[in-house]
Amino acid sequence: MTKTTTSNDLAQITTPADFIPTPKAAPVVLETRHLSRSVGQRLLVQDVSMAVSAGEIVAVIGPSGAGKSSFLRLLNRLDEPTSGTVLLGSEDYRSIVPRELRRRVGMVMQTAFLFPGMISENIAFGPRQRGAAMTPAQIASLLERVGLSGFADRAVNNLSGGEAQRVALARTLANDPQVLLLDEPTSALDQSSVQGVEELLLDIVRERRVACVIVTHNREQARRLSNRTMVMEAGRMIRIGATREILHDL
Amino acid sequence: MISELKASIGSDILMGLAQAAGAVLLCAVVVALCRWQAIRVEREAAVSMARGLVQMVLVGMVLAVLLHGSLMVGALILLLMMVAAAFTAARRIRGMEGALLLCFWAIAAGAGTVIAAMLATGSLQVDIAVLVPVGSMIIANAMNSCAQAIERFRAEILSHVGQIEAGLSLGAEPAVTVAPYLESAVYASLLPRLDMMKSLGLVWIPGVMAGMMVSGASPLYAAIYQFVVVAMILAASGITSLVVTILMRSRVFTTGAQLALRPTDASASAAAAAKAPTAA
Repeated sequence: MTKTTTSNDLAQITTPADFIPTPKAAPVVLETRHLSRSVGQRLLVQDVSMAVSAGEIVAVIGPSGAGKSSFLRLLNRLDEPTSGTVLLGSEDYRSIVPRELRRRVGMVMQTAFLFPGMISENIAFGPRQRGAAMTPAQIASLLERVGLSGFADRAVNNLSGGEAQRVALARTLANDPQVLLLDEPTSALDQSSVQGVEELLLDIVRERRVACVIVTHNREQARRLSNRTMVMEAGRMIRIGATREILHDL
Repeated sequence: MISELKASIGSDILMGLAQAAGAVLLCAVVVALCRWQAIRVEREAAVSMARGLVQMVLVGMVLAVLLHGSLMVGALILLLMMVAAAFTAARRIRGMEGALLLCFWAIAAGAGTVIAAMLATGSLQVDIAVLVPVGSMIIANAMNSCAQAIERFRAEILSHVGQIEAGLSLGAEPAVTVAPYLESAVYASLLPRLDMMKSLGLVWIPGVMAGMMVSGASPLYAAIYQFVVVAMILAASGITSLVVTILMRSRVFTTGAQLALRPTDASASAAAAAKAPTAA
């Protein structure tokens, strides 16, 4: 039976009840504890405590300015929490070197932001930062996985929005992350590209058992992709629970 | 009484003032032309010209007094010039903590190193009448490079926030994510100096050379010496641009490898970053 929880009900959050494709005993990979961030007098994120398990997709929804993207940026420490913290496994993420933390907690942004040059160079960028070289076969295999076979030697200039976003996803996956953060990854894409990217995301989360947090303004996308949904308003997490229950109640 | 004053001033100074009046008149015509095209620069032009004239007259008076002073006096004057240059350049990065010091170190590194090298090799005489004018040219160019590098680096960062954060999100070190923008900032700041070098003798014959020839030096030696001065200006500008961008690079990221300089909340983020706990 599914159960809707509130921010005060952390015990329920850390063991998601409605988690269809993943065993209930799936380990928690990422957990936020009273996570907050304010800039000047503005409270962007206030006291958010939640957890994501391996192979699970949590959608973050809410009105514009609710703090969804600000929350996501705290998860890979692109921004600094003003209070609270994030645990990666059982480790406080402030004790992990930022470079290593961001390898383990990959992020795909709303815009692909590919680096000028070849697609293969973009794919190999992450591993190269820690001195690891990807072979052409590894790059080709990753591109094949995201539906871009034979694209390795192409320049990034002439890609469609959907193709660019697939390259951005492959580039993030090249780091073999434990957690995948997605900030409205399909909002700039046409409908046919949205479907392709969504299917790809579902397959990758299932295959790699990554914990995934996706920010979306689209409730239908949350329904299609996520196991659980977290609702934010004015920087606060006002509800979290099984997606179909949350969306039914909204 | 007027005739007494005229006699005490000297004919060359009167001629200089008449020439300055002519230059101001010509600038006023240009300002009027701008105004005709609805470009309003009259206030800024008036203030700039007034400041420029007063500053140059003051410098002339100080130099007249210190003309036969020691090297220490010359060094002190150059140091004060570097401080003034740092104030001017630091205006381009308002809101960044320690901007003044950052600019001062960069200008001192660039201009200071080059002036010291010129003194050590005998390219620059230990004579305040030569040291201060040549030193001031080097400092002024270092200041311009500093300001141009800062402005370009800041603009590049602000227009590539997404690319930089994409790089950070893939585990890159901050220095790696801004490397192309640092390169383009240093290059852009050196372009005017490179153009100056390319056009040397073709488009312009700088003042030092003209002055040396007027005072009786051989034109060939004056030409070679002018090349030395312009090359030193390029060297000082290069060092200054490199130092200021490298120092600035460390300020635009927090200790947690987060980009603190962002279009919307640049100053707020920087303030927040200063309070952020130390990263691993």
